[in-house]
Amino acid sequence: MQDILKLLERDARLTPAQIAERTGKPEQEVRETIERAEKQGIIRNYQALIDWDRAGSEAVRAFIEVKVAPERGIGFDAVARRIMGFPEVDALYLISGDYDLHVVVEGASMKEVAYFVAEKLAPLDHVQSTVTHFLLKSYKVSGHSFEAEEEVKRLPAAP
Amino acid sequence: MDISQAIAEKLRNLPPSPIRRFFDLVEGMPDAISLSIGEPDFVTPWGAREAAIFSLERGHTHYTHSRGMLELRQEIARYLEKRFGLGYNPETEILVTCGVSQALDLALRALINPGDVVVVPEPCYVSYAPGVLLAGGELRTVATSAENGFALTPELLETAAPGAKALLFGYPNNPTGAVLDRAQLEGIAGVVRRRNLVVISDEIYAELTYDGDHVSFASIEGMKERTVLLGGFSKAFAMTGWRLGYAAAPAPVIDAMTRILSYTMLCCPTPSQYAALESLKNGQREVARMREEYNQRRRIVLKRLRSMGLELVEPKGAFYVFPSIARTGLSSTEFAERLLGEEKVAVVPGAAFGKSGEGHVRCCYAVSLEHIEEAMRRIGRFLEKIM
Repeated sequence: MQDILKLLERDARLTPAQIAERTGKPEQEVRETIERAEKQGIIRNYQALIDWDRAGSEAVRAFIEVKVAPERGIGFDAVARRIMGFPEVDALYLISGDYDLHVVVEGASMKEVAYFVAEKLAPLDHVQSTVTHFLLKSYKVSGHSFEAEEEVKRLPAAP
Repeated sequence: MDISQAIAEKLRNLPPSPIRRFFDLVEGMPDAISLSIGEPDFVTPWGAREAAIFSLERGHTHYTHSRGMLELRQEIARYLEKRFGLGYNPETEILVTCGVSQALDLALRALINPGDVVVVPEPCYVSYAPGVLLAGGELRTVATSAENGFALTPELLETAAPGAKALLFGYPNNPTGAVLDRAQLEGIAGVVRRRNLVVISDEIYAELTYDGDHVSFASIEGMKERTVLLGGFSKAFAMTGWRLGYAAAPAPVIDAMTRILSYTMLCCPTPSQYAALESLKNGQREVARMREEYNQRRRIVLKRLRSMGLELVEPKGAFYVFPSIARTGLSSTEFAERLLGEEKVAVVPGAAFGKSGEGHVRCCYAVSLEHIEEAMRRIGRFLEKIM
């Protein structure tokens, strides 16, 4: 399954036929494996990777450090689930280090993001503190450089 | 003065490259899709590039030891041990060279006396024959055939071995993509032993095998003591422009080769050595990634070429396919030139790799899948037109 997943992760538009050609596996087997992975929640979604800056979007992203006082017997999960529910939250991770939850928030403007943090995130039970970092520039996302690429010259023929 | 008369005899006797005219044509067509570049399309992984840049920033711009930095030789020894089960002493049995190209030149010059016979199976890399001739040796070619998968067989070797000094061969093979397994190598070793040959084994494509791991000829019983193993970084580590390779052989051979290198090259480029060191230490993941990509492309190319009705031997190594174009009735050069002119796809005429390459063309799949797909479409169209 790993080889099929890796191919789809790199290019979600690959058809089972194309994947079958690349892996040497029969197309039917590829189809069944993909279906199984979807059912088991291994494949969560098929997405396009968009450079919104290039698309001319003014939308704002922020990374928010959240310190949590975990609830006895529940840990971080309860707070995480509360935060996750908000559509403004694009991603949420529990991480090691100075703070606990790493929240990625998207809004139409800095004001909107700040408002979300102040009114919806910070006041939650068990949230001790938040620090908001606004994303200024994306260099590399999901393994892809967002920078302009220079064409590399090669000889037209070589033995 | 007509200075062309002053050119050394041995060069005037060197046959002109059968591929030169074709390459000139390709150069004149920059928008052709080229399946004729025998190097990875990948750029050297960043880790290796960064290591070289850092070494320059730190001022490592001086000569190194003639044999190459000891640390690099030690890493090469470790790599050969881990990857292919070979034990070479990094101080005396390994020499860092400017590519396998130089290692081959040095090996031939270190081993061949004027008139010594070198057996070379064809089709083969374009530099083998000129290398033997430049070293003053006598070339004795044997023709491998599609019928037995372009393998060098003991029977074939036996026809040329009597009175020969050395065998020069390369597997995984350029241009055929053929690979030899342990049993096949053992068969060849039998003849080598019986005829007391020295062997120069070009294993530049050792990391690019798609059906099991490469078996080094030097790992066959009794062969290490009479083999010069050539390896490098160009193909597996995508370091063609850096000009870095190595030879591993018994100490007397390495010593002789080192003497020539120290007088003619002094040492190999220092930044390249740092890049190679980094590649060996931390580059295996990238090698595996590139190998996997080549394999995917290989599968697609094979499928497309077969669907066009072309006969071919499935290549299990390197990044070449060598289909037969005999059905078209054209010579390999005619085929390649017409394909280039009419469909703007460049493949290398098989004749470039020896007489036994005639009737075939070499398609290199170290190119993006998009280019491969488009090239295959055009080749298909071309075949429909001419047959």
